[in-house]
Amino acid sequence: MSQAAATDHPTAAPHAGAPRILDREPLVLNNRSYSWITNRICGIVENKQPALWWVLFVPSVLLTGLTVFCFAYLISTGVGVWGQKQPVAWAWDITNFVFWIGIGHAGTLISAILFLTRQKWRTSVNRAAEAMTLFAVMCAGLFPAFHVGRVWMVWFLAPIPNANAIWQNFKSPLLWDVFAVSTYFTVSVIFWYIGLIPDLATLRDRCKPGLKKVLYGMFALGWRGANRHWSHYETAYMLLAALSTPLVLSVHSVVSFDFATSVVPGWHTTIFPPYFVAGAIFGGFAMVLTLMIPVSKIYGLGDLITPKHIDNMAKIILLTGTIVGYAYCMEFFMAYYSANKLELQTFQLRGLYGPSTWAYYFMFSFNVFAPQLFWYRPFRHNLWVVMFVCMCVNAGMWFERYVIIATTLERHLVPGSWRVYEATWVDKYTFLGTFGFFMMLFLLFLRFLPVIAIGEVKGVLPQSNPHHEDHGKEGVQEEDLMGYPDRHVPREAVA
Amino acid sequence: MSTTLKRVHGYLAEFDSVKDLYHAAEHVRDAGYQRWDVHSPFPIHGMDHAMGVKRSKLPWFVFFGGMTGTCVAFVLQTLTQTTFWSDIGLGVLQTLAETYPTVVQAKPTHIWTLPAFFPVMFELTILFSAFTTLFGLLGLIGLPRLNHPLFVSKRFAKFSDDGFFVCIEARDAKFSQEGTRSFLEKIGGKNVELVEDDI
Repeated sequence: MSQAAATDHPTAAPHAGAPRILDREPLVLNNRSYSWITNRICGIVENKQPALWWVLFVPSVLLTGLTVFCFAYLISTGVGVWGQKQPVAWAWDITNFVFWIGIGHAGTLISAILFLTRQKWRTSVNRAAEAMTLFAVMCAGLFPAFHVGRVWMVWFLAPIPNANAIWQNFKSPLLWDVFAVSTYFTVSVIFWYIGLIPDLATLRDRCKPGLKKVLYGMFALGWRGANRHWSHYETAYMLLAALSTPLVLSVHSVVSFDFATSVVPGWHTTIFPPYFVAGAIFGGFAMVLTLMIPVSKIYGLGDLITPKHIDNMAKIILLTGTIVGYAYCMEFFMAYYSANKLELQTFQLRGLYGPSTWAYYFMFSFNVFAPQLFWYRPFRHNLWVVMFVCMCVNAGMWFERYVIIATTLERHLVPGSWRVYEATWVDKYTFLGTFGFFMMLFLLFLRFLPVIAIGEVKGVLPQSNPHHEDHGKEGVQEEDLMGYPDRHVPREAVA
Repeated sequence: MSTTLKRVHGYLAEFDSVKDLYHAAEHVRDAGYQRWDVHSPFPIHGMDHAMGVKRSKLPWFVFFGGMTGTCVAFVLQTLTQTTFWSDIGLGVLQTLAETYPTVVQAKPTHIWTLPAFFPVMFELTILFSAFTTLFGLLGLIGLPRLNHPLFVSKRFAKFSDDGFFVCIEARDAKFSQEGTRSFLEKIGGKNVELVEDDI
């Protein structure tokens, strides 16, 4: 059809005033071949790790040990070693839970929502982002499990008959959370694993016979790239994306229900679900960039994770950060507009004259002001600026949860029970240690699994389109099919 | 000299590019072969059409898997939280399961407490759907399997890097030792190889 269009309108110049179509920015730079991509990504797994890997891995393991120690101390001594005292019964632990679970959301957004919206640039980052999701959810799960007090009783959360004939209270948002988070983790694992199968086959086919080949072979399930398999595989992948999209939106909504369905002033608001979801995606993208920029530099993946990718993610951070900023302001407005004294007082204490206003100012400036730098294109292309903003967001999103959770409870309905919350060393080191746990898992992932989805990146190369040479133009098939073959102008010619 | 019996699996032909593979698939389809496949490092857009492969049935499995999840969640919650089953005359279920309504949060024990059960119904729908997707996929493509005759071919390992292959199986009614080979060569296949498997 487009060929016909080309002959109907021979090489004549486009009509004056007709919009010109720019060439798409390539998703993989320098016209890399299929085997270059295979070699480069598999090389990370097959070659010796750089010294920096060990420099990061050893402290990560030690920090993981710190968390293990803190939890052991908690169990052996009692929950009093944490800083929670009435009325602040939820503090660092729940803050950390919400923080980590939010980080995970960017991975699912990239793997599911960007897949459904046909954002092909996702292929370079989705594998690592999904891995990050799993590891973040693992860190998140630790906190509520230990928060129950008697962690050996945590199996009471599971809906299985027990000797007391007592079932869970299914009307409680806390139980919804158990279902939401465990479903989220399970579905994310399935999604991630299905995506990994073809790449595990690639690693299997490159290994010398031995234990490694057997292991990669086992997990690759005997994949042989047959199109009759790809056909079902692509359907399965799309189904999982379609399932994960409402799932990811539901997970943080349900997390926000933990607060929103209570009657605590400052928590009982309907804005919470969208506000939490936007915040989760915001914080998650910051973490994706925090991990992927160094990975890309250290392992020389600059042709696959291009400035275009970083630019796109920076824009998402700008968008979601601004949504979060809107939510902060709207919360204040609604507190005023509701004419509810307690609600208004909560927000005045949070932001104006409470004991923890410093946390509110950190939150607001890190989450709302810092990302505004991304309006300016050169900042989105300067990796130092991008890393700086991401670090601000990482910290800011933790403060957001701290502000919502701890500072709200500090000022209870009954002034007689007011007290200022102070975290103990156990709170602090437990949280610090989870960063080690997270990093340790991510480094092991880099060491043993392909960090970029090899098959998917190959699929977005121009030569992977069976019709790509039919018009003598590379990488612009979509526009060609629209019938404007002569209106392409190289990007450089316009700049 | 080995005396092991060999079984012919089929012919394997290699192609240079996605485009060549696509057109080759159209030729094989038009020649009327049934038991054949193409092998590529990534899914190729439009290849199902070029091969004449029908749409996957997987969504149907997943739909019913998901519905099962919804029902499981509904039964689990109503049975353990409400008097719904007694109200509709199926109290025997509650007796068998030894459950009784949990009265908390001043919420009623009749069926209209249902909205509180939606989140768990939603989550289990997704959970069951996802498991059905995984196991339905594996069932439909017949994996995992420990080995396959194609892995005998040294050249075939390229399929997961940058190799594009067509394999026509000997089980196909139109297969012939000479005819199929020359057919594959005619449509542009390179390194045409007879793949044999130990019995």
